Amino acid sequence: MAIIKKALFYLLVLVIVVVSVFPFYYAIITSLKTGTALFRVDFWPTQISFDNYTSVLTSRNFPRNVLNSLFVSASVVILALLFAVTAAFALSRVRFRGRSLLLLTVLAVSMFPQIAVLAGLFELVRGMGLYNTPFALIFSYTIFTLPFTVWVLTTFMRDLPVEIEEAAIVDGATPWVIITKVFMPLMWPALVTTGLLAFIAAWNEFLFALTFTSSEVQRTVPVAIGLLSGASQYEIPWGVLMAASVIVTVPLVVLVLIFQRKIVAGLTAGGVKG
Amino acid sequence: MKLRKKLLALTALFALGAGSAHAADLSMVLGDTGTGAQFLREVLDKYEKDTGVKVNIVTMPSSTTDQFGQYRLWLAAGNSDIDLYQTDVIWAPQLADQFVDLTAAAKDVVGQHFPSIIESQTVNGKLVALPLFTDAPALYYRKDLLDKYGKQPPKTWDELAATAKEVQDKEREAGQKDLWGFVWQGNAYEGLTCDALEWVKSSGGGQIIEADGSISINNPNAAAAIERAKSWVGTISPPGVLAYQEEESRGVWQTGNAVFMRNWPYAYALGNGEDSSVKGKFEVTTLPFAGDGNQPAATLGGWNVAVSKYSKQQDAAIKLAIYLASPEVQKWRAIEIANLPTIEALYDDADVAKAQPFMPAWKAVFQSAVPRPSAPTKTKYNEVSSKFWTAVHNTLSGNGTAAENLEILEADLEDLKGSGW
Amino acid sequence: MTTVPMSGPSGAAAADLTGRSDLQRQRLRAAWMFLAPMLIALAIVAGWPLVRTIYFSFTNASLNNLSGAEWIGFDNYLQIRTLSSGRVLYRGLLADPAWWAAVWNTIRFAVLSVAFETVFGMIVALVLNANFRGRALVRAAILIPWAIPTIVSAKMWQWMLNDQFGIINEIALNLGLISQKIAWTASPDTAMIAVLIVDVWKTTPFMALLILAGLQMIPGDIYEAAKIDGVHPIKVFWKVTLPLVRPALMVAVIFRMLDALRIFDLIYVLTPNNAQTKTMSVLARENLFDFDKFAYGSAASTMLFLIIAVITIVYVVVGRVNFEGGR
Repeated sequence: MAIIKKALFYLLVLVIVVVSVFPFYYAIITSLKTGTALFRVDFWPTQISFDNYTSVLTSRNFPRNVLNSLFVSASVVILALLFAVTAAFALSRVRFRGRSLLLLTVLAVSMFPQIAVLAGLFELVRGMGLYNTPFALIFSYTIFTLPFTVWVLTTFMRDLPVEIEEAAIVDGATPWVIITKVFMPLMWPALVTTGLLAFIAAWNEFLFALTFTSSEVQRTVPVAIGLLSGASQYEIPWGVLMAASVIVTVPLVVLVLIFQRKIVAGLTAGGVKG
Repeated sequence: MKLRKKLLALTALFALGAGSAHAADLSMVLGDTGTGAQFLREVLDKYEKDTGVKVNIVTMPSSTTDQFGQYRLWLAAGNSDIDLYQTDVIWAPQLADQFVDLTAAAKDVVGQHFPSIIESQTVNGKLVALPLFTDAPALYYRKDLLDKYGKQPPKTWDELAATAKEVQDKEREAGQKDLWGFVWQGNAYEGLTCDALEWVKSSGGGQIIEADGSISINNPNAAAAIERAKSWVGTISPPGVLAYQEEESRGVWQTGNAVFMRNWPYAYALGNGEDSSVKGKFEVTTLPFAGDGNQPAATLGGWNVAVSKYSKQQDAAIKLAIYLASPEVQKWRAIEIANLPTIEALYDDADVAKAQPFMPAWKAVFQSAVPRPSAPTKTKYNEVSSKFWTAVHNTLSGNGTAAENLEILEADLEDLKGSGW
Repeated sequence: MTTVPMSGPSGAAAADLTGRSDLQRQRLRAAWMFLAPMLIALAIVAGWPLVRTIYFSFTNASLNNLSGAEWIGFDNYLQIRTLSSGRVLYRGLLADPAWWAAVWNTIRFAVLSVAFETVFGMIVALVLNANFRGRALVRAAILIPWAIPTIVSAKMWQWMLNDQFGIINEIALNLGLISQKIAWTASPDTAMIAVLIVDVWKTTPFMALLILAGLQMIPGDIYEAAKIDGVHPIKVFWKVTLPLVRPALMVAVIFRMLDALRIFDLIYVLTPNNAQTKTMSVLARENLFDFDKFAYGSAASTMLFLIIAVITIVYVVVGRVNFEGGR
């Protein structure tokens, strides 16, 4: 019985992994092909050519685009978490009039289609002189990272037992100390998770990045990938496209591997006992 | 502490990059990052050497709808960072207000170009863009397969269907299971407007909206032409052709799985590439027509260069535009990257013919070129085109007959037209 | 206002704290200071563009001439004209069948995709919450779909779903699931399925990760207690896990729902122009940028905003999402 259960469990794990990874695996296979071979279906690599990778990595600006993306995404995460942790404290631990309304207003920002704010944001970005700088992206990305991080952190912080905070208040701790010294250590799983999701969202954003930058050295990775094209207007360079996708996905996988101990570690049972 | 310093340095580095473009430089945007952009860089490097004017290239994704939306947004916001735009033939009338009139500056050189192209870039007497190169589709056919069954390249659509069916059936019996007769572009997008305009025009069904602005699409010839195309789907063309754009058709063609293909010139060089299954086995001809006194029709494509009204250096930008459209650059372009010139004389040029033996063949294709109705419909062209390809796509996928759909289309277009385009 | 209690405290602790009004006032001041950066950032980055778009929806703005926009009231939404013949014409967004088709497409898509993602996300989260060897790698693996940029994954799937050289048809044919190659993204019958497959594949990790974070905040000793009492695992899931993970789940669902209702890029790449998958955002974009109807597109965006707001409020009320904290 236990063995069957275990077998079924691992089967489930296997299915999850295969479904998640297969398209990526297929992208890797495709990235190793060139020319007409691209139009043939193969389940295993039949041809191993790194031409696509060399052509991506040696293209003048691609490494720079990766750096841009890293800089923008990291800044967005730091900013979003900083603003969101403090806001979440106020929204979850302090009772004041209009709190629900405020939460709903924050949420409402996420209700507007990105495409509809494009024109207004563009005027704003140009007006503030941020056009074609990474700050235009850091600035505009808060529109989708901030509501999300605020909400998630508010929910998590609300569930932290009140006794911990009371103890700190009795010790004379200011709210800032409570946040940084008491709550933050308890919230690592939530912080890392939301941070990671925000990072990925910023890393993948295309529309704003395309609109608010114009020079190749300022562009981010998704735009750089969107700009990969074949020798002629209609040709889609599948091989190179897939190679570039593989290259940009790897850092994220590494990031997850680094941070996952934090995600797992979670709360020690004793720390949160309510 | 160390980390903070590093972050600060990094921030400064990124901020610096922003200010590096000098005011004296020109910027030109184009939706091409392949050989087109490389070639342009070469030309601009030479231009810089000759004149001392430095030009930066801004690249955009090659999807034309993506580009168009971005350019519109930039122009709407009066973006002065971009001086020149490389524009599709159908954009000029829609963006006419935002571009500089080139009539006076180009009066000595417009005569060299095909009049129909200059016309397509002229809105209310204002020349909004100068042609860089042109594009017109042709019928690709597998010479080896036609020879094998003793067939001639088809002249009419019915001949094409018959030949495609016969070759397809016989080859499938011989074991070529995946072979299809004819591939084209049937996805609901601008490409379908091009394909369908060719069917309709070559069947005596007019060109959707005529030059004087009258709506002509609802007629029996047009309906018959679209019904004819519907009969191909699932018989000589794969059902998936309704999702095909240029690349999907080329994929089927280049793996040797199609007898005929309708496509642009770019597929010619690629089809003769080293790893192509059809290398040396195919040729091109003009697209078929319906017979009885009709003419073949090929939708006019191609790219032009326009100068932004918001440019701070309009004179320099206009000079560059004229240089880019000149016979010198067009010849260079034809020889180096096989773009079709818009200057008729270049088709008889010995150097061009030597470097690109296929080009003279395209002269015939080009003479049957028909423009999309972008000039008469002005800023509403995209909506007209979208309504047209939707009606055609509905018919092709069995959602109403051609006659019904065209009747509705006519009513919709009348609504859209209102008191005038 | 002087006796603002802290959230959650009950009984003696609350009574004890309400007495210290100085402390409360200090807390309140701190709260607003903490909120300020977030509010200012959002007001700038979101407020202005939102106001602009809503304003344009009441004008006849064209993208070629934004500054020359004239106020025309509700005409973009609904315009009732009586012709000289006495016939009444309805024009505008609310009388546009294309718009209502888009609304229906969007809602259908959002409900289906979020439902699948919630179920699959929960399964994945439960699996990842269990202790087994190789868990670290599995967690990294399931995040891959979310990590790939949308435009890339859309293109990747477009490639895999291609009728002639797509691997999905090849697999399905080999397994005998289909008898002939299907044109997934072209056929009206399968276009929505194709979009759903890709969206569920791509965003389930997001759901799974948020639920997992919720699961891990559940104290382990509750499970220990249930185990000792011999409660059936399925019962534990319904009675213990689900109620405890509900706040996290509700927030995850609401954000996925908001995203799904605004879905744009996936459909834009995968099945552009297909009437069966045209959603509100795709329609808005078409009008804003492709067609010369910026004002109409702004009206569509504003309506989209209102529809989402209504759905959210219904969700909050029916789902009894608790803003006030405490259980």
